[in-house]
Amino acid sequence: MPKLNLNREPMPRQDPKIRSKNFNEVALGYSAEQAQAEANRCIQCPKRSCTEGCPVEVDIPGFINAIREGDMPEAVKLLKDKNSLPGICGRVCPQETQCEATCSLAKKDAPIAIGRLERFVADWERANMQSASSLPAQPAPSGKQVAVVGSGPAGLTAAADLVKLGHSVTIFEALHVAGGVLMYGIPEFRLPKDIVQAEVDYVASLGVKVELDSVIGKLVTLDELLNNDYHAVFLGTGAGLPMFLNIPGENLNGIYSANEFLTRVNLMKAYRFPEYDTPVKVGRKVAVIGGGNVAMDSARCALRLGADEVYIVYRRSEVELPARREEVENAQEEGIEFKLLTNPKRMLGNEQNWVVGMECYEMELGEPDDSGRRRPIVKEGSEFIIDVDVVIVALGTTPNPLIASTTDGLETTRWGTVVADEETGKTVKSQVWAGGDIVTGAATVISAMGAGKRAAASIDEYLRG
Amino acid sequence: MYKILLKQDLVPNIHLFKVAAPAVAKKAQPGQFVVIRIDEKGERIPLTIADWDEGEGSVTIVFMEVGTTTHKLALLQTGDFITDFIGPLGLPTHIDEFGTVVCVAGGFAVATIMPIARAMRAKGNQVISIMGARNKELLFWEEELRRVSDQLIVTTDDGSYARKGLVTEPLKELLEGDGKVDRVIAIGPSIMMKFCSKTTEPFGVKTVVSLNPIMVDGTGMCGCCRVSVGGETKFACVDGPDFDGHQVDWDLLFARQRIYLDEEKCSFEQWQSQSGILK
Ligand SMILES: Cc1cc2nc3c(=O)[nH]c(=O)nc-3n(C[C@H](O)[C@H](O)[C@H](O)COP(=O)(O)OP(=O)(O)OC[C@H]3O[C@@H](n4cnc5c(N)ncnc54)[C@H](O)[C@@H]3O)c2cc1C
Ligand code: FES
Repeated sequence: MPKLNLNREPMPRQDPKIRSKNFNEVALGYSAEQAQAEANRCIQCPKRSCTEGCPVEVDIPGFINAIREGDMPEAVKLLKDKNSLPGICGRVCPQETQCEATCSLAKKDAPIAIGRLERFVADWERANMQSASSLPAQPAPSGKQVAVVGSGPAGLTAAADLVKLGHSVTIFEALHVAGGVLMYGIPEFRLPKDIVQAEVDYVASLGVKVELDSVIGKLVTLDELLNNDYHAVFLGTGAGLPMFLNIPGENLNGIYSANEFLTRVNLMKAYRFPEYDTPVKVGRKVAVIGGGNVAMDSARCALRLGADEVYIVYRRSEVELPARREEVENAQEEGIEFKLLTNPKRMLGNEQNWVVGMECYEMELGEPDDSGRRRPIVKEGSEFIIDVDVVIVALGTTPNPLIASTTDGLETTRWGTVVADEETGKTVKSQVWAGGDIVTGAATVISAMGAGKRAAASIDEYLRG
Repeated sequence: MYKILLKQDLVPNIHLFKVAAPAVAKKAQPGQFVVIRIDEKGERIPLTIADWDEGEGSVTIVFMEVGTTTHKLALLQTGDFITDFIGPLGLPTHIDEFGTVVCVAGGFAVATIMPIARAMRAKGNQVISIMGARNKELLFWEEELRRVSDQLIVTTDDGSYARKGLVTEPLKELLEGDGKVDRVIAIGPSIMMKFCSKTTEPFGVKTVVSLNPIMVDGTGMCGCCRVSVGGETKFACVDGPDFDGHQVDWDLLFARQRIYLDEEKCSFEQWQSQSGILK
């Protein structure tokens, strides 16, 4: 047996000092040599435990082997067989808790960098292959029509799988661009928008019709879709409703939901204002409230827009930060300051209604709560003020009630999520499936894709039944 | 892409577009709005629906030139296209049999109040409309509004036409008069809606206003449009745009409408210098 190589190929990245001033991608991607070297580390173990760790069951040992043998078209084929959006997943999936966590070399603390290799294959395809050459053969038409509502990863995946099975599929998207959070939420420097667009175009090239500017529940209701031509509907409308703190002063000027801030910056390209018409307030001292990926993205955008100081304000301690470790490190390297065990009490404004300060409590950690994390407790009398001129509230999101409130017979939970079977995505309403953040609450790209895949299989079974 | 079927200049800086949007036309109701984006680099702005024609598949919008986007919009002509036209958004105006309804329109909002006045009348209400503008040059659709009202009162701030004064004056007289007023709908510049609400408050007549905060998506996903009504935060795009004028925190609305004053100025100056349009 060859000796184990435990040296993961590092990912080349832009220097923190430079990248904190631009919106270009931070991670630069492997060179062919680096990809080859990393692929060579794979021991091709028969267990295939990495594939088990992948929510969409990509043939990981297979595509890695193809890289090793220099057969890139084969690598592309194996990857795309299960995953229509590899360029996205290679960049934003939390591999450290999925495929790389179950990799045999994870025990030695040196799992294969599967995500980086996935990205390498996807980028190679974009640079080297005509997209048509990777199109699967045209399936026999089933004569059935499916409406997919929402064009995030759940909707795109369900649509791609259904069209490959011969159904006629139309995606209805509320915004003027398809891609969901991939377009409006995750910033350019982590996920370039032309990559998302290329993968959306790929799904369209399979034969999926994409209707933009179509707010279901307003333009047409779900029941109207079912009454007019559609045999089944998949709901993948995500969790787009921002939560606020509900503390005094929250409507002051300069206070954004992360959704608004990121939408302005990413979707509307406010970082290129005034070339693009949408403005965003560039703060000097910016506080971002929350500790998840969305908070990290918001903070790093604010920094790139030109803020002098950017703080992450989080009520628990560093170990509880829900963001990916890698993103926390990226933020720290770029100079984002973490104000941990800190929670806002109220926002302070000036006469023009602009936020100028944030009164905060110091917190301490008590016993673990329902989530298993230690509960943050206010230290009485610990109030202090942080000077700020922009505040971004990144506390999480819940599903938008627009569709549930205009549809008869959909069951929702008290968090507004739609109730659907975990295995099939089937809702209690006949002919309606749902998956992704609308069912789970804010989660991950790949879990939304997994849900889209399972629902597509179930819808196919129903349509052929 | 959405084709402009007809452009009409109502007065020098207020324009009407009839836009081909059959699906929106099929669903539109009084009081709802659309969000538009002119081109790939454009911002998303809300515009109230002034009229629609299901048969023709068209939706009519009326807008005044104020910032970069509305100036750019004004340059488009019949036959041109608008990149995005999304709607119908917001909750429709509550139309019911109230009795006597006074519809007050300030400035270009005469276009917005038209479908509401028409629907109120069709429901059997007696509709008294008041329309006001700064001067005679800015008045339009007097005859159109008269046609859907039982009575019409016209005012100009400078007295260059009809009655001199603000719309609140005839409104107050109606409230003080013998006839009972059951409901007031006031639409126009925020300051005018505020003063209409202040005028009706002592009389306890329910007054519905259509708020116009800055918006982005118009579907409830960003919270940019938050307003405070009765001490509660609401998203105007999904909880409104109609609200009880007596409950609105007007100062907050005014302040939030000014968030991007500096940026708007910068954008407008840049656009003017680039397009060579200097006024
Ligand atoms: C800033 C940010 C960073 C993130 N970073 C990561 C990360 O690094 N890794 C990761 O795995 N996950 C990340 N996530 C989470 C991930 O993006 C989501 O879990 C995932 O996108 C959910 O996919 P979805 O398809 O369920 O919904 P979405 O991506 O939310 O897509 C839903 C789509 O439906 C549309 N829609 C909504 N209502 C309607 C309607 N009524 N009619 C028509 N269309 C409608 C929306 O406009 C949207 O386009 C991040 C999320 C955010 C906000
Ligand atoms: S405009 Fe975004 S929530 Fe109302």
